[in-house]
Amino acid sequence: MTTKIYIPRDSSALSMGADKVAVAIAQEAKKRGKEVEIIRNGSRGLYWLETMVEVSTDKGRVAYGPVKVKDVSALFDADFLSGLSSNAGAHALSLGYTEEIDWLKKQQRLTFARVGITDPVSLEDYIAHDGYKGLKNALALSGDDIVRTVTDSGLRGRGGAAFPTGIKWKTVLACEAEQKYIVCNADEGDSGTFSDRMIMENDPFVLIEGMTIAGIAVGATCGYIYLRSEYPHALHVLNEAIEKAEQAGYLGEKIRGSGHTFQLEVRRAAGAYVCGEETSLLESLEGKRGMVRFKPPLPAIEGLFGKPTVVNNVISLATVPIILDKGAQYYADYGMGRSRGTLPIQLAGNIKHGGLVELAFGITLRELLYEYGGGSATGKPIRAVQVGGPLGAFLPESQFDTPLDYEAFTSIWAVLGHGGVVAFDDTVDMAKMARYAFEFCAIESCGKCTPCRIGSIRGVEVMDKIIADKNKQTPNTVKNIKLLRDLSDTMLNGSLCALGGMTPYPVLSAMNHFPEDF
Amino acid sequence: MQSLQAKQELNMQKNWCEKLDLLIAEHRDMPGALLPLLHAIQDDLGYIPESSYAQIAKALSLSVAEVHGVVTFYHHFRSHKPGRHILQICRAESCQAMGAEALEAHAKKFLNVDYHQTTADQAITLEPVYCLGNCALSPAVMMDDEVYGRVSSADLDALVLEASASSVKA
Ligand SMILES: Cc1cc2nc3c(=O)[nH]c(=O)nc-3n(C[C@H](O)[C@H](O)[C@H](O)COP(=O)(O)O)c2cc1C
Ligand code: SF4
Ligand code: FES
Repeated sequence: MTTKIYIPRDSSALSMGADKVAVAIAQEAKKRGKEVEIIRNGSRGLYWLETMVEVSTDKGRVAYGPVKVKDVSALFDADFLSGLSSNAGAHALSLGYTEEIDWLKKQQRLTFARVGITDPVSLEDYIAHDGYKGLKNALALSGDDIVRTVTDSGLRGRGGAAFPTGIKWKTVLACEAEQKYIVCNADEGDSGTFSDRMIMENDPFVLIEGMTIAGIAVGATCGYIYLRSEYPHALHVLNEAIEKAEQAGYLGEKIRGSGHTFQLEVRRAAGAYVCGEETSLLESLEGKRGMVRFKPPLPAIEGLFGKPTVVNNVISLATVPIILDKGAQYYADYGMGRSRGTLPIQLAGNIKHGGLVELAFGITLRELLYEYGGGSATGKPIRAVQVGGPLGAFLPESQFDTPLDYEAFTSIWAVLGHGGVVAFDDTVDMAKMARYAFEFCAIESCGKCTPCRIGSIRGVEVMDKIIADKNKQTPNTVKNIKLLRDLSDTMLNGSLCALGGMTPYPVLSAMNHFPEDF
Repeated sequence: MQSLQAKQELNMQKNWCEKLDLLIAEHRDMPGALLPLLHAIQDDLGYIPESSYAQIAKALSLSVAEVHGVVTFYHHFRSHKPGRHILQICRAESCQAMGAEALEAHAKKFLNVDYHQTTADQAITLEPVYCLGNCALSPAVMMDDEVYGRVSSADLDALVLEASASSVKA
């Protein structure tokens, strides 16, 4: 009897040696005369347990992790291929049935429904797990109806700005043009975020399906995925998936026998953070330097090559299929206030159990950090958390009870952004973090406006002085802190885009909540 | 000996010019062709030689200054020949929270180079990077196209030694 073994091909799993584990298991099985079929699935996102190996049994998959090459022979000794009734159930690495792992079981995986379960590049697997049901429904609807469904679901852009996706699409739909575009923002530059990467590497068809639906909805026949160059694995998976979708008639002309055409191409970015900003991204796609454009005109009206363009984040687009499959209300029933649906949260930094947690909006930071995260990796108290990437505020312990909700975060002068949560233990020096925020802005500034281009450099200089004067209580410190606040004010109010305009978030929040470090 | 080497270099140059023509022909008709073309060149050579700007500019109806501007705008593009392997160390916040600063200091010392420099044996070019999407397993580094997580100084040394030992380009 052949036993199916699942070993992730996700790049974080690979970063812990998943390929080597796969080779070792194949060799050991051969040596022992066991018949196994190794499937390279996506990662379930329990990254501290990678490499997580799953064995298929008639009662469901049984998981083991973190598996290293040196553990492989012992797992075979414990007869791990025979399921939990064997000695393997008592093996130190046994995690029991995957679906019963508390961390996973408590989640509400909608966008990530298939991630970790399927073989990412198998179209058959995708379809067998409810794939392309959304497209089927969309093909029977008018563009107006698709857009209305997306609007009614309450989906807001997951790239950071949280703008209602349906409203953006409506603007593009209303434009008359011989060519329109769907652009997927896969530049995922925020530290502490990897949900886009996970979708692209582990369930690429859901993104392809979402973009196809977007194209049909607004009348765009051409799509681009602007993918950060730091994600070579995602590039290969996406290209393989696109080719398979084309061959099966899910992309190209006359999609599934309909009158619709949608062509899709992946374009590689080139390591500029600012190119995640949508207008800079469009410049880059056009083959230019990624200089931010003035708005208006909105990209929805004059976007790529001057044509009406939908620019959406990977997660926004990858959430569309389930909305079209299960209906707007199904999605809108999750969440709180004006934050509808679920957010794929990424737990990162100094955290014991880092990984992907998809939940309805409303969970508090504290629950996330302790019930999911298990506290810090170092075992020390968590002192600060940065939510929303390098332009997000640092939150102190006193704000850990804030629910994850766009408006709740706005009210404490913080942002949810792309859902990255980075924990720091009590060894963090917040003055250093403030300095880094300016440094990052200086490195990544597109240079179009002075407050950002020059302000960030001045910010680094002032922070250097503050750090040098620390604990000396010189009159200079007071002066420099005032200077820093003025500078932040200028950047907040005088920058064209959020790179310069939001660098003050990490800086001022660090100063306000952790004054003892300055 | 000298003349043989010179001859080889000349041959390489000639081959490269033909290759560049090929890459240009493959990409010139794409909408927004410049970035895909630059990627193709760097994938092939490891960098984008300044000597290719004029040819690229002509093919895409741009000025040489525009090509130069684009190459220098993007951190990913290099205008100098790198070592056989590229080691990128993540400097971003999540990795900082897990000791990236100590790791980068160690790497610079161990390799005896600063960022954007190449080791004396031409094995490794050290680059900073701002997030590899491996933040749940910080600190992270990337050697060529492979990511590594929870990297200790000892892990880094092992990676470097393994890469240095292989004479071929990854
Ligand atoms: C400096 C900067 C970087 C950004 N980086 C990204 C990014 O990496 N990915 C992303 O989806 N949005 C990013 N954004 C937001 C985009 O400008 C835009 O709002 C988003 O792509 C729209 O898609 P959505 O509505 O689906 O979120 C960035 C914005 C700024 C100002
Ligand atoms: S704020 Fe900075 S990155 Fe944004 S447009 Fe101005 S200079 Fe460019
Ligand atoms: S911050 Fe280092 S991998 Fe994301």
